[in-house]
Amino acid sequence: MFGNILIWFVVIPVIMMAGLGLCRNSSMNAIRGVMVACSTVLLGLAIWLCCDYLRLRGMGVDDEMLYTGSWMWYAPLNIHLAVGVDGISVLMLLLSAVIVFAGTFASWKINPLPKNFFLWFALLSTGVFGFFISIDIFTMFMFYEVALIPMYLLIGVWGTGRKEYSAMKLTLMLMGGSAFLMLGLLGIYWHSAPEGGQLTWNILEISHNASIAPEWQGMLFCFTFVGFGVLGAMFPFHTWSPDGHACAPTAVSMLHAGVLMKLGGYGCFRIAIFLLPQAANELAWVFIVLTGISIVYGAFSACVQTDLKYINAYSSVSHCGMVLFAILMLNTTAMTGAILQMLSHGLMTALFFALIGMIYGRTHTRDIRQMGGLMKIMPYLGVCYMIAGFASLGLPGLSGFVAEMTIFFGSFQEADLFHRCFVIAATCSIVITAVYILRVVGKLLLGPVQDEHHLALTDATWFERLSTVTLIVCIAGIGCFPNWINETIQHSFAPIIAAIQGGVI
Amino acid sequence: MDYSQFGSMIPELIVLGIFMLVFLFDTFSNENGKKILTPFTTVLFGLGTIAIWVVPACGEMVFGGMYINDTATNAIKAILNIGVFIVFLQSAKWVDSDEVAIRKGEFYELILVTLFGMYLMVSARHFLLFIIGLESASLPLAALVAFNKRHYESHEAAIKYIMTAVFSSAILLVGLSFVYAFSGGSLYFNDLAFTISQGEMSGLLLVALAFVIAGIGFKLSLVPFHLWTADVYQGAPTAITSYLSVVSKGAAAFAFFVIFVQCFGAVYSDAWEWMMYAVIILTITVGNLFAIRQKNMKRFMAFSSISQAGYIMLGAMAADGLGLAAMLFYILINKISNLGAFAVITTIEENAGKLNMDDYNGLHKTNPWLSFAMTLAMFSLAGIPPFAGFFSKILIFTSVTGSNSWALYMLVLIALINTIISLYYYLLVVKAMWISPEEPKIGSFRTATSQRVALWLCVAGIVFFGIVPYIYQYCYDAVQNSLALLSIF
Repeated sequence: MFGNILIWFVVIPVIMMAGLGLCRNSSMNAIRGVMVACSTVLLGLAIWLCCDYLRLRGMGVDDEMLYTGSWMWYAPLNIHLAVGVDGISVLMLLLSAVIVFAGTFASWKINPLPKNFFLWFALLSTGVFGFFISIDIFTMFMFYEVALIPMYLLIGVWGTGRKEYSAMKLTLMLMGGSAFLMLGLLGIYWHSAPEGGQLTWNILEISHNASIAPEWQGMLFCFTFVGFGVLGAMFPFHTWSPDGHACAPTAVSMLHAGVLMKLGGYGCFRIAIFLLPQAANELAWVFIVLTGISIVYGAFSACVQTDLKYINAYSSVSHCGMVLFAILMLNTTAMTGAILQMLSHGLMTALFFALIGMIYGRTHTRDIRQMGGLMKIMPYLGVCYMIAGFASLGLPGLSGFVAEMTIFFGSFQEADLFHRCFVIAATCSIVITAVYILRVVGKLLLGPVQDEHHLALTDATWFERLSTVTLIVCIAGIGCFPNWINETIQHSFAPIIAAIQGGVI
Repeated sequence: MDYSQFGSMIPELIVLGIFMLVFLFDTFSNENGKKILTPFTTVLFGLGTIAIWVVPACGEMVFGGMYINDTATNAIKAILNIGVFIVFLQSAKWVDSDEVAIRKGEFYELILVTLFGMYLMVSARHFLLFIIGLESASLPLAALVAFNKRHYESHEAAIKYIMTAVFSSAILLVGLSFVYAFSGGSLYFNDLAFTISQGEMSGLLLVALAFVIAGIGFKLSLVPFHLWTADVYQGAPTAITSYLSVVSKGAAAFAFFVIFVQCFGAVYSDAWEWMMYAVIILTITVGNLFAIRQKNMKRFMAFSSISQAGYIMLGAMAADGLGLAAMLFYILINKISNLGAFAVITTIEENAGKLNMDDYNGLHKTNPWLSFAMTLAMFSLAGIPPFAGFFSKILIFTSVTGSNSWALYMLVLIALINTIISLYYYLLVVKAMWISPEEPKIGSFRTATSQRVALWLCVAGIVFFGIVPYIYQYCYDAVQNSLALLSIF
């Protein structure tokens, strides 16, 4: 079992928790040591996995999933611990590893109870990594919930502002989503094989059997898509996102907006659409309408906010809406764009939240009306913020441009009036994004200094620089060399597209 | 009569043996000897539990088909025993307190007698034996509820308990007399099952079923038969509350399953499916909604365990081997999670005298380990992975949806939405302990060793029983092995 490399993505965070359990709450250096060591190993592992995956594909291995392994868990119900990755999951693992790494440095001086903070943080990353390596829907669901619950304590104990309210709201809404999801998954399981066949939770086997009757697919699709859509901040289930992100501590905002929201998109893609292709064809329009509203509404909401974190939370609603929107177009180009957008948004939002955390740690306010001219005071953070902003509004050379271009290019291939209208509306969000990003950059970084006390503030420390540089390198990397990503994921759409086309009646 | 038939009642004989030893020891030992009564009983009982676990069940009907000891009944007995063992551990400090010490022998004897009654309940295949078991399981409990002699609430709770127990038994007996009339003069489960599968659905049977559900519903505290629960739980000594909430409920749930699926299985969809459908929805929802507003931890646990009983009964809705296995597993997991929470409540009550949720504010500053254990117990009760409660919930939901009927999918959806409500109030406890900014009202103290052991056992169970599949596998195998011998399904 431990010979499979993917298992180590779960084992290492568990080791991390065990290591933290041995540290004392007061020995900050030991805690940091454990965190840095394990997150570095994870990052290394993810990079190695990426390279090895490309090598295998280059050698002409054309299985749907690589590094597969399957171990019986609950035999009476045929539940396995089944793992396997394709290009998309490999990239998601890489993204998660980068953000866990950056998040560790961003919470270098967390206080109080550093040990407990990192314990829950490690549990959260266990869930995230476990979700991306699983190909058994039971295990996947389990890891999904593992990733959700630490948020309650992370926000509740270490958050700021109305943290109790936000933590409860976020937890209950996400868990409510997962209740619907659970029902959908149960339905998929009990229909996973033709009459008399061995029922299964394994994604590949279910899609191979293709035995879910059309009259069930519709209901199950709605349940699973809404279930994951809640985490993907789909309108009207997005309201947890602004409050939750605004109150969460820095590293948690980073991980949550950067990775956890991607669980939603990835789940919709991997379960709702892949396993229920007929319903996806028939019902995509409902969710295109909803995600279309997310995109535009999120962007407009961001325009009127004055709290930095709220601005980014709403912009996340808009950008994550774009991911789901593109997935629902059901063609390869748009889906490629969706994956790119997941990566791009993950890195960019993590950078945003990291920077906001750093600025807030100095100025003790997140209200843009009370700040100004920070570029003169802390040039390093100011420049980073600008880079993040430009990535967000889609400046060529950074990741946002590549992702959004691909999405709109792919979406425009759907030639009927309904799709065209919504694509045009969604494209408008680029302009709105520019409005709120430039507004913040202008007020916060340029403009006159609002508060004299701010003149005494210092620029970034070494661990903050390390955290931000990691993210910026990745953002620019995707922006300048998108083909590499494309190469990694190109094999992974064929099964899904085949399922969708097979589902057209 | 063939006396060798008693040889197949091994679990009952073990419990009776322990009871006799404890009784004799208690009667004939001097003051100094009494001091070791607690460890004596606990160790003896632990050994007895292991014996029940390892001695294979013979699986034969004895006494003309009145009694059976098969793998499934053996499994539930072992599960009940684990609960009692942990109750013994966590009550060790309380029974040595001044007020109770002189009567601690009674405490152990009464618990063992009720346990014996529960054994008969789950093994009975004739309604007469079932009633004997039920009565000997519930009447001594009233004495236990009144155990805090000098406390007014304890008396009130005992009166409430005994009235409900007698009342519900009466209702059950009325139901059974109708059943007797319907079956034409037999109370054997097998005969009944045969008559019912041959006969037509009739109004008489419908009324009989309603009465039987009500009668057992009182024991299980299903809504609308739950009104006694909160007061009794609050008034009883905490050790007894935890015993009531997990052990007696587990036995009643198993007996319910056997009676309804074995005897009345033929009229499942005609009669009791929709009755239980309504009762389960009410139980889960009402239990949850009332739990939200509770401030006293014991009342809180009372309502939480009402709603948990609703989830346990979901296994009966599945009405097959998968359902029974999931039910056994749920009973066990619910037991350890509940007992974990009660262990914390007991220690805090004994050391600081506090019982309100507000008193738990900021507990992590003074008692980090207790808060940690309580958090895990709450997460497990709410069904959060990777803790055991998640697996027990999912497995029971999976078994219910197995028949692919729309109605049962909707039932599961309602249950799932209710888990969100329950998550809310379980998180309130977590919030009080970890998030509330107030200064702690409970000073730090050292937990007694026995309670510490109980707590560690519960925490280990919560963490590992889900991840390690062997426990569920054990329940499943036990059920499968007894399927061949019983004609239940």
